[in-house]
Amino acid sequence: MSALYQRSATQIAAAVNAREVSAVEVLGAHMARIERVEPSIGAFLSLTADLAREQARRVDEAVAAGKRLPLAGVPVAVKDNMCLQGTVTTAGSKILAGWVAPYTATAVARLLEAGCLPVGKANLDEFAMGSSCENSALGVTRNPWDTDRVPGGSSGGSVAAVAAGEAALATASDTGGSIREPAAFCGVVGMKPTYGRISRYGLIAFASSLDQIGPIARTVEDAAAMYGVMAGHDPMDATSLPRPVEPTLPALRTDLRGLRVGLVREFDTKDLGEEIDAAYRRAYAQLAALGAEIVDVALPHAEYGLATYYLIAPAEASSNLARFDGVRYGLRVDGANVQEMYGKTRAAGFGPEVKRRILIGTYALSSGYYDAYYVRAQKARTLTAGDFERAFAACDLIACPAASSPAFEFGAKSDDPVSMYLMDYYTIPMSLAGLPALSVPCGFVRDGSPGGRELPLGLQLVAPLYEEARLFAAAHAYEQATRYTLDRQPPVVESVR
Amino acid sequence: MSSGSGIDVRYVARLARLDLTEEEATLYQRQLDRLLEHVESLQRLDVGRVAPTAQVVPLTNVLRDDVTCPSLDRAQAMAGAPAREGAFFRVSRIIEEQE
Repeated sequence: MSALYQRSATQIAAAVNAREVSAVEVLGAHMARIERVEPSIGAFLSLTADLAREQARRVDEAVAAGKRLPLAGVPVAVKDNMCLQGTVTTAGSKILAGWVAPYTATAVARLLEAGCLPVGKANLDEFAMGSSCENSALGVTRNPWDTDRVPGGSSGGSVAAVAAGEAALATASDTGGSIREPAAFCGVVGMKPTYGRISRYGLIAFASSLDQIGPIARTVEDAAAMYGVMAGHDPMDATSLPRPVEPTLPALRTDLRGLRVGLVREFDTKDLGEEIDAAYRRAYAQLAALGAEIVDVALPHAEYGLATYYLIAPAEASSNLARFDGVRYGLRVDGANVQEMYGKTRAAGFGPEVKRRILIGTYALSSGYYDAYYVRAQKARTLTAGDFERAFAACDLIACPAASSPAFEFGAKSDDPVSMYLMDYYTIPMSLAGLPALSVPCGFVRDGSPGGRELPLGLQLVAPLYEEARLFAAAHAYEQATRYTLDRQPPVVESVR
Repeated sequence: MSSGSGIDVRYVARLARLDLTEEEATLYQRQLDRLLEHVESLQRLDVGRVAPTAQVVPLTNVLRDDVTCPSLDRAQAMAGAPAREGAFFRVSRIIEEQE
């Protein structure tokens, strides 16, 4: 069998529950892997080895006492915008550098209860605002498939950690694509559930009508298992859905017979380049070969998604980030009076992308512009949701790209915020409509340079509200038939010490 | 959208309690003008009879039972405060003294 750090979460949990290997041994293998690859990857802002060791001992004791835990001994990376009691939690921002979380996020607490070992806090774009992880104020994360390239974002540390074998699972959050785009860039599975499915208690808020936590894993089965542990109503989050969660693991399938898969007319891949276009055509053909009936659907308002999102998300962010005022926690820069203190603290604590979004959001909500920008965007959002409702009358799932390109080189999009925002073109409409969606690896493309690396691409599958089980079922069938990343690891260079 | 007015970055920054340097103000003015150009496309949509969507799932006015529950104690809640005085967060003077 493969090395411990290469095993899936499902395999690890089975082995720990059967007492073939201890959680302490699993942790040791992963901490050693982290030590070897972290110098070239940089997935983590901080490691929580002591906490993980304590937890591993607890898991081993529970298993010895006859208990079986769904994720027994599975190392997990926690995105650093989620609270884990007693650990530094920064959201990738200088304004929270060194802040220690006084409680644990519900999603993370459920993973610990299920037997997960929290190995560290994963890097992200500051306050989850970005598509490359380059907006982190506290660290650089590199793509394990090509370390000259970004891992995607905002959940860049989460996907890099899982791709590089530093953790079997990672938590992530998605507001406009922050799970799906980086999952595609790093060749892992990333899933954003229905809005409200996983509690956001303990998640540092970005845009509250869009934010959703989801799983990152190397296999669809692992992602489904992790989702099953995190999902479900939580009274601590008023937006948490009070409805039962359908079991996902028993629903996994190996064919797609009886499913209608919609291809979106407006998402023609021709403009993405010959190689990428061919890869997506192959992916769609594979869905048909697995028994799906391919149908044509339309999302006529998709082209307005980006504009809608870049009013709504910054507006909500400007409101959410008002709490970082230097009074109760985080950075404070003193001033002659309290107004001066606010202005200086926020100037020193926030990075450029966060400032941009606070400014545009404040503008969109300001007197005289509220109706023209914010309310109009909310109306456009209704049209986007309506598009999907009509599309799902004709199909059971939608298939489309997860991103418009593979991972790009550092700095390639730094000068022009709008070109960076365009990375989320294929993921934003689903976020506006609150739909469950995931990215599963669908092949590789050459980066074009001589001797260039092969870079993974992601296929996005989208389901109607609450149909997560259908999403995992179909993704599993596709993954098992194609196996693009199941038998292949990224070429991570281990440093010898 | 209110045509031609554009964004006054300095005014908006004051509303947001965010100090900007000269360089930042110039840079954000340019970048935000470009972003506003992009979102101008929403102007083309006919939304006259469309209701706004705040969020997509049918949940409103979620209330819990009015019972006392355990919560963070004061020491934990204040552990991250930049400045404290006893049981209070300390800030600089807000109300000026009468001359």
